[in-house]
This record gives sequence, C-alpha cells and structure tokens, in this order.
Amino acid sequence: MANDLTHIYKLMSRLCLDDTQKPSGMNNDVLPKQPTYYEEVERKGYSRRDFIKFASMMTAFIGLEQSAIGQVIKALETQPRMPVIWMHFQECTCCSESFIRSSHPIVADILLDKISLDYSETLMAASGTQAEAALKNTLEKYKGKYILCVEGSVPLGADGVYCMIGGKTSLQILHEVSEGAAAIIAWGSCASNGCVQSAKPNPTQATPIHKIIKNKPIIKVPGCPPIGEVMAGVIVHYLTFGRIPELDNIGRPKAFYSKRVHDTCYRRPFFDAGLYVESFDDENAKKGYCLYKVGCKGPSTYNACGVTKWNGGTSFPIQSGHPCIGCSEENYWDNGRMYERGSAFAGFGIEADADTVGKVALVATGAAIAGHAIATNIGKSKLIQKNEEEGRESEHELKS
Amino acid sequence: MAKKYLHIHRLRRVYVWELPVRIYHWLNAAVIIALIATGFFISDPLALMSNKEASNQFTMGWFRYIHFIAAYLFFFNFIFRLYWGFVGNKYANWRQFIPISGRFFKEMWTVFKIDILMLKKNGKQQDHLSVGHNAMAGFIYFLTFIMFLVQCLTGFGLYAGTSNWWLPKLFAWVPAVFGGDILTRQIHHWSMWFFILFAVIHVYLVFYHDYVEGRGEISSMGGGWKFIEEDVFEKNKHHTPNPEK
Ligand code: HEM
Ligand code: HEM
Ligand code: SF4
Ligand code: SF4
Repeated sequence: MANDLTHIYKLMSRLCLDDTQKPSGMNNDVLPKQPTYYEEVERKGYSRRDFIKFASMMTAFIGLEQSAIGQVIKALETQPRMPVIWMHFQECTCCSESFIRSSHPIVADILLDKISLDYSETLMAASGTQAEAALKNTLEKYKGKYILCVEGSVPLGADGVYCMIGGKTSLQILHEVSEGAAAIIAWGSCASNGCVQSAKPNPTQATPIHKIIKNKPIIKVPGCPPIGEVMAGVIVHYLTFGRIPELDNIGRPKAFYSKRVHDTCYRRPFFDAGLYVESFDDENAKKGYCLYKVGCKGPSTYNACGVTKWNGGTSFPIQSGHPCIGCSEENYWDNGRMYERGSAFAGFGIEADADTVGKVALVATGAAIAGHAIATNIGKSKLIQKNEEEGRESEHELKS
Repeated sequence: MAKKYLHIHRLRRVYVWELPVRIYHWLNAAVIIALIATGFFISDPLALMSNKEASNQFTMGWFRYIHFIAAYLFFFNFIFRLYWGFVGNKYANWRQFIPISGRFFKEMWTVFKIDILMLKKNGKQQDHLSVGHNAMAGFIYFLTFIMFLVQCLTGFGLYAGTSNWWLPKLFAWVPAVFGGDILTRQIHHWSMWFFILFAVIHVYLVFYHDYVEGRGEISSMGGGWKFIEEDVFEKNKHHTPNPEK
C-alpha cells in the first residue's frame, strides 16, 4: 500500500521533461529520473527488436507512412510516460478487456500496465482510500497534462444514483476528473454514444461523454468493444505527436473510422455480384457469400474490422460467418434488427417494417382511388354527361 | 333535343408548361421510377442462383450504379426546377407552390370541396379553377419538393462516405445529424414510399382532371397546352396592357 503510493509518486514525477513543463510546487531533487516508454520496455525484458516491431506495427495502424516509423520510435524513446486516468462508469469492461488483449504484448505491458495508469478501477493495485488519494494526487499534480480515458456512459437519471463510486455519482466524478484533463478519450460505444444501456427506454438516462463535457477535446473510439489495436493506436498517436489525431465530423479518429466495414470487407465481391447468404445454414453460407440479406450492417458501419481485424488479425465477425451488427454505430441497438435489413417502423408494432406499412398504404390508396373514381362518376354525372353531349354534338355536326 | 340546354364551350389555348418544365417533368418521372426500382433491389436483392464466379457478375453493382446515375440526374434536374421557379412563366413560378396568401388557402378549400367531397359550388359540379396547378396540387408539389430535398440529403449523405468528389462530400454532415448511416439509410428507405404513393395518386388525379374538366390535362405535359373557356378567359385577362410584356 505504501509501496503503491511511492509508486504513484514516482509515476507522477515522470511526466516532466524540462522545467517549463513542470507543475509548480514539484520538488525536482527528491524525484528520480523518469524512464521513457522505451526504458520501460527494456526493463520489462523486451528486446530492441520487439520494440521496433511494436513501433512499426503502431505506425501502420495509425495510418502513417513508413517513414514515420522513426518518428514513433523517437517519441517512445524520448517521451516520458504520460499520466493516464481511466474511469469506469456504466459499462461492462469489454473495452479494457479488448485493450489488454491487443495483439502486441507491449501494448498491455507498457501502455496499460501499472506504469502507465495512474488510476483505473479495474487494473490498478491500490484500492479504497489509497486509490482515491492517488486519483486526487494525479488530478492536482498533473492538472492540464493528463489524459482522461472514460469507459462507460454516465447515467443522469434519478440524480445519477445508478452508478456511484466511493459515494459520488459518476456525473460528479466525471466533472471533477475532466476539469484538468488535456484531452478525453471516450472508449467504446458506451462513452461515445451510449450503447445498449441507452437503448429505449433508457431507464437510467445513460448519456455519452460528449453530451456532458463540452470544453475539452474528446476522441471517440466507438465499438463494443473497440479493437485493441485501434485503442493502442490512438494512444500512440497522442504520444508521438503530442496532440489528438485527426477526427471526423462525429469526433472519431479518421485513421480508423473513415471507412465502412463494407468497404474493406473481403466478402464485398459477393455483394457486388449479387450473391447472398439467404439463411445461415444454406449452401451460400458455406460458400462464404455476402451476409447482407441476413442483416449485415457493414454497409452502414464505420470501423476498421475488415482491415485490422480482431485478436491480432486472426479474424473478425464476418469472417466467422456472422453479420456485422453495427456495434460502433450510434443507436445500433434500437436502429436495426440484428438479422434483418430493415427495422421495425416506429408506432406500427414490432413486426411492421417500413415496407409492410408502405404496402398497406398502397392498397389503401388504391381503394381510395377506386372509391373516388366511383364517387366522381356518380357525384359529377351531370357534368360528365354534359361534356359528353357537347362533344357528341360537335361530332354530329362535323362532315367527316 | 339535347341542343336546348347545351352550352357549347369555346376553348382558348393557353401555353402553360414551357418546354423546360416538360423536359424536367418527364426526366424527373423517369429517374424517380428508376430510383424506386433500383432502390427496391438495393434494399432487398433477389436471390440469384448462379454458378458463375463472383468476379464475372456485377448485379448489385449495376443496380447501385444506375441508382447513383439516376440520383445525379434527379439532383441536377431538381436544382434546375428550383431555378425555373424564378425565371419561368407564371405557372411555373414558386408562388404557385407555397401557401402564403389567403387566396391560396381559399382555393385549396374549394378544391377540397369540389374534387374530394364532391360538393357543388353555385349549383355547379365544377367551378373554374386556375389554368396552371390548382392550389391543392401546388401545395402537394411543395411537399413533394421537400421530400426531394430529404431524399437528396439522405442519399448524398450516404454516398459522401464513399465518394471523393466535393459535391457529395458537402452532404457528409447529414448522417452525423441522424447519428450515423443506419438511421439515415432507413429514413431514405421510408421516404421512398412517399414517392410511390405520390406517383399513384398523381397519375390518377391527372386522369381525373382530364376526365371531368375536359381541358386537355393529360396532354398538357406533352405539348404544353391547356384550354380555358373563352368567357373565363375574358373575365380574367389583363384589361390594362400586360405588364409582363
Ligand atoms: C402518366 C404519367 C404522368 C402524367 C400524364 C403526368 C402529368 C402531369 C401534369 C399534367 C402535371 C401538371 C398538372 C398539375 O399541376 O396538376 C404534372 C405535374 C407534376 N408531375 Fe406529373 N405526370 C405523370 C407522371 C409523373 C410521375 C411518375 C411523377 C414523379 C413521381 C410526376 C411528378 C410531377 C411533378 C413533381 C409535377 C409538378 C410539376 C412542376 O414542377 O410544376 N409526374 N404531371
Ligand atoms: C426518389 C428518390 C430516391 C429513392 C426512391 C431512393 C430509394 C432508395 C432505396 C429504397 C434504397 C435502399 C435503402 C435500404 O438500404 O433499404 C436506396 C439506397 C441508396 N440511395 Fe437512394 N433513393 C433516391 C434518391 C437517391 C439520391 C438522390 C441519392 C444520392 C446519391 C441516393 C443514394 C443512395 C445511396 C448511397 C444508397 C445506399 C446504397 C448502398 O450503399 O448500397 N438515393 N435508395
Ligand atoms: S458481408 Fe456485410 S460488410 Fe461484407 S460485403 Fe456483405 S454486406 Fe458488406
Ligand atoms: S464487424 Fe461490425 S459488429 Fe462486429 S465488431 Fe466490427 S463493427 Fe462491431
């Protein structure tokens, strides 16, 4: 316990490179020289070769050119570790799980291991008062410097009692910890768009981070969970360049979320050809045809699954025969049925999709038209008759 | 014997739909039908049985390709019609569509009574209505134009993500408003039904007006002519020199 505190003290000290960056009030003399990421890598027993591999992989993931490998390596060699606070609110911890299973062990060991994390309910060794003290310390000492990672949504319902840690609601905590953050990373769909706990009727009023915190740069990394390599990539990008990666208009890093799963899906030729799996046990499924008709949301889902894949590039849902459920899209839970293309049409019962409603409306329109046509012939019979007689009269009067 | 009560109408030719409006109309009708047909296929493709290699087929590809070509034509045609609403003749003018004046609402009410409730006005089964669109039709077209806009916004919004051209890229904000492509695409799909229902009702009404009014409604979108009773013409024409000339 005491050990932890010393440890955290050491960690905090590692932030500063030069005096200008140093938070005021810190005593330089008693602090040991802080290791860089590379030094930590070495200390953990990785070879230089492993380190280079890791750096190259990260460079590729974050969509940089090959020539940038040097830049990434340099950053990892020279940058002292960045203080990270990782908050868990209303969530299932699948994001953390995904992160520590990221294909390259260095990701988990160095970026997320206790050396990098000042506060994370799930992974830190400290607990109780010590943990809260550590948090408070980091908040004060690294004001304006630390990265705040948020996993989970914030329930606003019933004054936030649905998610409380150490006697405070997640909303209070979020406000406290975000105040001094340099940037916020919203891990996963919960923090980015509310995910399943915000599904209708959203009893806890689960709310994503960007709807609560307005005055900080927020990087959304949606997905349920996001891909581990993508998460690592976002952090490495921040380390290398000292600023947040380029974001799209929804606030997601362009490097990972600018393409639809559909655009990088290896089954796409079957889609274009018009060859589809009709049901999960048919011949077409065996042949690996496109899963569009069994509900694949790939055409509407922005994520890197088709390229980066999962579990170290082993596979991804579509590769194992399951349609994409659109887990990184806002409201995917309410917006679509998992195994069908259309979704229920609000207000017309669970089974009525738009086309059913449309067909009924079309039949009703047809009936109304038939009724109107009959009514016209009755109601306007005199008029029609007069027109007809007038026309006939002219016909009679004409010679030929 | 019939002669006794027959009032023979003298009809006067009025040029209502100028050539650009007619071209617009039929191009619009054609691309909308193409968009609906391809849209249906895109949303629920037929089960094709084929032994050919996927690389030798491009069925869905073609349907999407036609959808996008038709979409561009539809879009530019729509823009053109908006432009023509400012420079075209009085029957094509934007004022024909937007219910702002009391007269507009009064005429809509009249149309409702005569054409839908089948009531009589001044003892007649048909009151003379405007030569161009009647107010009710104009208002429906106004809603239609709004749906055109919805369909262009959602369509190009979906398209923006896969396009490199600046024009579709201008619409990239649209899916963000709806929280992503999934809902945007569903709105795009639902809106299709408006067009289907519109087309059915519209074509019926064109035939209906032709039938009960006998003023050449159906052919008007072909040659541009409609016909107006001479007495009505005399009553409504400019008595001072036409300010538009
Ligand atoms: C047999 C087929 C059709 C005929 C004979 C026809 C005829 C006409 C006529 C006579 C008008 C002007 C009449 C009025 O204002 O009430 C008109 C207007 C219009 N029609 Fe059609 N139409 C046909 C099909 C379609 C289809 C399939 C569509 C599209 C779905 C369509 C869209 C429109 C629109 C948008 C206008 C307003 C024109 C304007 O901008 O001023 N029509 N049509
Ligand atoms: C009357 C106009 C239109 C109709 C009726 C129509 C109809 C449809 C329908 C039914 C779908 C399938 C949606 C689904 O997945 O269920 C679709 C898809 C689509 N439409 Fe349209 N559309 C129209 C205009 C446009 C326009 C103007 C654009 C602009 C580019 C457009 C672009 C698209 C795109 C990008 C898709 C998705 C196709 C894919 O990614 O595979 N549409 N449309
Ligand atoms: S399986 Fe899904 S993502 Fe892949 S091509 Fe088919 S529809 Fe697109
Ligand atoms: S394939 Fe679709 S549902 Fe599956 S993880 Fe990727 S984005 Fe989520």
